[in-house]
Amino acid sequence: MATEVQLPALSPTMTEGKIVKWLKKEGDSVSSGEAIAEVETDKSNLEVESFDDGVLLKILVPEGETGKVGATIAVIGAKGEKVEAPAPAKAAPAPAAKPAPKPAPGVSEERAPKPAGPAQVVPIRRAEEQAPAPSEDNGRLRASPLAKRMAREEGLDLAAVQGSGPSGRIVKRDVEAAIGSGQTAAVARAPASRPAPAPTPVPVFGRREPDVVPVSGMRKIISQRMAEVKPGVPHFYVTVDIDMEEALKVREQAKAAEVKVSVNDLIVKAAAVALRRQPKVNVSLQGDRILQFHNVDVGIAVAIEDGLITPVIRDADIKTLGTISAESRELAERARRKALKPEEYAGGSITVSNLGMFGVDSFIAVINPPQASIVAVGAVAERAVVREGKVVVRKTMSATFSGDHRIVDGALGAQYLQELKALLEQPTRLLF
Amino acid sequence: MPEIAWREALNQALSEEMERDVNVFLMGEEVARYNGAYKVSQGLLDKFGSARVVDAPISELGFAGLGVGAAMVGLRPVIEMMTWNFAILAMDQIVNNAAKLRHMAGGQLRCPIVFRGPNGAGGRLSSQHSQSLEANYAHFPGLKVLAPSTPADAKGLLKAAIRDDNPIIFLEAELLYGVKGEVPAGEHVIPIGKADLKREGSDATIITWSRMYYFAEQAAQMLEKEGIHVDLLDLRTLKPLDEEAILTSVKKTNRVVVVEEGWSFCGVGAQIADLLQNKAFDELDAPVERVTGLDVNRSYAAVLEKATEVSAERIVAAVKKVMYREVT
Repeated sequence: MATEVQLPALSPTMTEGKIVKWLKKEGDSVSSGEAIAEVETDKSNLEVESFDDGVLLKILVPEGETGKVGATIAVIGAKGEKVEAPAPAKAAPAPAAKPAPKPAPGVSEERAPKPAGPAQVVPIRRAEEQAPAPSEDNGRLRASPLAKRMAREEGLDLAAVQGSGPSGRIVKRDVEAAIGSGQTAAVARAPASRPAPAPTPVPVFGRREPDVVPVSGMRKIISQRMAEVKPGVPHFYVTVDIDMEEALKVREQAKAAEVKVSVNDLIVKAAAVALRRQPKVNVSLQGDRILQFHNVDVGIAVAIEDGLITPVIRDADIKTLGTISAESRELAERARRKALKPEEYAGGSITVSNLGMFGVDSFIAVINPPQASIVAVGAVAERAVVREGKVVVRKTMSATFSGDHRIVDGALGAQYLQELKALLEQPTRLLF
Repeated sequence: MPEIAWREALNQALSEEMERDVNVFLMGEEVARYNGAYKVSQGLLDKFGSARVVDAPISELGFAGLGVGAAMVGLRPVIEMMTWNFAILAMDQIVNNAAKLRHMAGGQLRCPIVFRGPNGAGGRLSSQHSQSLEANYAHFPGLKVLAPSTPADAKGLLKAAIRDDNPIIFLEAELLYGVKGEVPAGEHVIPIGKADLKREGSDATIITWSRMYYFAEQAAQMLEKEGIHVDLLDLRTLKPLDEEAILTSVKKTNRVVVVEEGWSFCGVGAQIADLLQNKAFDELDAPVERVTGLDVNRSYAAVLEKATEVSAERIVAAVKKVMYREVT
């Protein structure tokens, strides 16, 4: 008799799961305990295993689609058996194949009363019933408090770690082994003082439509949580001090070549190149879609009478400083006359806001949605700083990055600023 | 440093403190003419006379109360209980008077008194004479509870206890009186409330006190042969508890075994486990293990008594359990 395979809750907060991949095709034989599909949960990708021996008769949720926890995603039965009215995932199931009553909140599936009558339900064998036992118990991860703390500090996803303690409990040694094997997320590791010399993303010549990036389960949860705490656009802030001695020399060199370049133009250029090199910041959340831009467009905040406006310099990463300088002067001038066209202040993913001319040391700027970030820079001023154990006077500037925490995380913001700092402190890097 | 037995270390502490302060006196059953049931007060009657070394009748509640009264008016009594099993009779004086006088008098009275005597198993003395009662006294606010393990700690802590202005429960162990160790001659005072890390290792922490220290040390030596190195923390004072020493060690080892001669239910180890789950939750890699006397009355029969006691083997097994090692 055919039995339904239902989508199990694989984590405590999982309400739905996306079928990343069917590991079996319709018509394939499956045996009890065998993985049949890979499911993306809000935490990680996990396998769904069959509870029965038989043949995968029908797949009801195709790859790439999402099903609710408890929804029937496939039917398993005897070879050649007809699937009668294959209940689609959302339709009410036929009484003969009634799914198990939903356990009361807080009651584990195991303890929930089993339905009377022919047992044709609960086709999913939960993960921990298999050997070797993964460290999960009805979606709850078994790990010692220390292991959890270590994983948190290392940015390690415990769901991917095999526990060696009783009932598969993940303990210190398991986390140490996982860290040793390099399972930790790259962003969680404190980056070296310089950005990794990874292959520089190639600039785009010509305009290209942004990609729509599918929102991962984790991203969705982060986004929801952040917006719960800080409704609207949940901001976070990262600040860095930048030595501007070299950047100021560039301005002098430009002057000698009779090209007018301001410090702000340099900052705009560096902000653009940094965005090219940290493309994950070059995004925008529009509704429930994340747009990944290919072009680097940088807004510049221009104070005008009774307000401000942010015209956008397109492809600022590939424009010369002279071009940026000329364009921004021209845009600012028309902005003050309120003569900008709407498309000239739309789009982009980042804005540079500069209050340096007012002698401000540093400030925090509010993101201009749907952009995902803004960089607020203060004045370039002489400050006493410590270099190699000595106090010296250096022209220094503070920059504060505000990020939309729904789609950008703190580590990413920090990496972006690190790149910006490196570019401004060694402006020749702009050429590389 | 001279090596002397526990009873001699206590004798030194009493003798030195009685010389130091004329207000100190010793009272209890057979402390004077018989020189003490366990010979702790050997020679003290001859040295200090019958006004300061006083034989009491078999009336624990009576002479405990006499001591409390003496402390109220400025003396510093040391009340010897022949065993803490007998001191159960004196609970009312200890708990309702000694522990509460300062509070009831709004701070106008103090009660500098030491109640001391053997606690725990005596070796085939059966259930009425083999109890470990530290958890009972540690329960009450107003009492400090001391339970040293080595002769040196015994001397240093008894001197500190006699100088303290609060009622002290000083727990000795009948089976330790003959145990020898190096003890500094003369002035040697150990602060109340300080644990002592008697052995250092990084794999797990064994927390214990009093006679169980020797069991834990034996277990540590057995573990050492298997390459397992433990922190062995001797609490010495149970109340006030040295939380800092406990948390420091746990932060290093992440695993804890508490060894306690008495019963597990509501034992001192339960309190330590509570401390750890509360203040070191994120440091723990395994649940806190406890090795205690079994929750039954101690038997006279040697085989049965041994079966219910803590053993080094049980401690070894507990350490391996918190380390997720196979117990062979």
